[in-house]
Amino acid sequence: MYFLAAEGGESTHNPIIPLWQEIVVGSVAFAVLCFVLMKFVFPRMEQTFQARVDAIEGGIKRAEAAQAEANQLLEQYRAQLAEARTDAAKIRDDARADAEGIRQDVLAKAREESDRIIAAGKDQLAAERATIVRELRTEVGTIAVDLASKIVGESLADEARRKGTVDRFLSGLESTGAR
Amino acid sequence: MFGQANVLAAGQAAFPPTVEDFYLPSILPWGAHESYWFTKITAMVWIAVGVLIIFFLASYRNPQLVPTKKQWFAESIYGFVRNNIAVDMIGHAGVRFAPYFTTLFCFVLLTNSFAIIPFFQISPNSHIAFPAVLAIISYVLFNYIGIKQHGFVKYFKNSLIPPAPWYILPLLIPIELFSTFIVRPFSLAVRLFANMFAGHMLLLVFTLGGFAMLSANAWLAPVSVLSWVMTIALTFLEFLVIVLQAYVFTVLTASYVQGALAEEH
Repeated sequence: MYFLAAEGGESTHNPIIPLWQEIVVGSVAFAVLCFVLMKFVFPRMEQTFQARVDAIEGGIKRAEAAQAEANQLLEQYRAQLAEARTDAAKIRDDARADAEGIRQDVLAKAREESDRIIAAGKDQLAAERATIVRELRTEVGTIAVDLASKIVGESLADEARRKGTVDRFLSGLESTGAR
Repeated sequence: MFGQANVLAAGQAAFPPTVEDFYLPSILPWGAHESYWFTKITAMVWIAVGVLIIFFLASYRNPQLVPTKKQWFAESIYGFVRNNIAVDMIGHAGVRFAPYFTTLFCFVLLTNSFAIIPFFQISPNSHIAFPAVLAIISYVLFNYIGIKQHGFVKYFKNSLIPPAPWYILPLLIPIELFSTFIVRPFSLAVRLFANMFAGHMLLLVFTLGGFAMLSANAWLAPVSVLSWVMTIALTFLEFLVIVLQAYVFTVLTASYVQGALAEEH
């Protein structure tokens, strides 16, 4: 300390030399200030800043999560839709195949039926033809013999010979027709 | 000329102002000249501390995510020092020093401001004791941080030995030692003290000069008015100095801490 007692009880001060009392007061006062502000105020501000950052980043994160969920749902729906489409196509194909099968069945049955009917018709025709041929053969024989009798003027007495002649004639006719 | 006691008694202007104008009589005991425990200066320091504590506690009693006006103001002071001084100077590691820097900045700014606030009208920082305390804290802080970060030997090696050719080192090491470990606290304290001291002295010169001229000769009255106009102009200048010195003190402290934390010289 550099105190010079001046005349009249006044002291001269050197402004470069600190007063130790003021150093004490300054230290204590500033320590109190530091203690209160650095313990109770600024850490809480830092917390608030952090909370604010979290709030903003959390909002962004939540939005991202919602977006991701929406995308996932969309994918799911798309997959389901594709699946449904595949199912529908399969069902359509099956139905088409069934219809084809049924058509083939019906067609086959119809063909069979028609074949059957045709065969029956043919049989009947053949039977009728045989009957007609048989009747005609008798009738033609009689007519021919009658005609011949009229032309020749005499009855062919010998039944056995007459029958053999007619048969031979007809066989000749048939073999000519068949040729 | 005028004696100090004579002036105080007569209420006349003492001109020119002297260093003694910075050492006001004590408040308790009233009027004592050699008692420094409770003077206008120390009272102002306590008022500054009280105002800052009350302001910050009141505005941050119930912090909201969406701040009120008061909370926003308190936050922007902290945010300014945190982002524009601590983080800018030191980087991300500076955040942990932001509370101290903000306290320092607020304290210096408010005690400086007393220089131009009516009825206070003198800054406690025009007494070197207070800048000295703050400078010593900064000095201890940056050395402590450096030693804690690097260890004693490496810290002093980092600080004292610049990356220079060996033959220049005998010159550089004493300079580094002198500038880093001896001059720094003095320059820090004296810069703030001298600015506030000179500012107060200037205002005194122009204010008291006006009175001195007026009482010397009535014809000098227009010059007295000019002198007082100058006082007002200088008060604005003083405002600039007040803010700037508070900022400079904090920035330099941050810069010293940054230097202590840095890996290389």
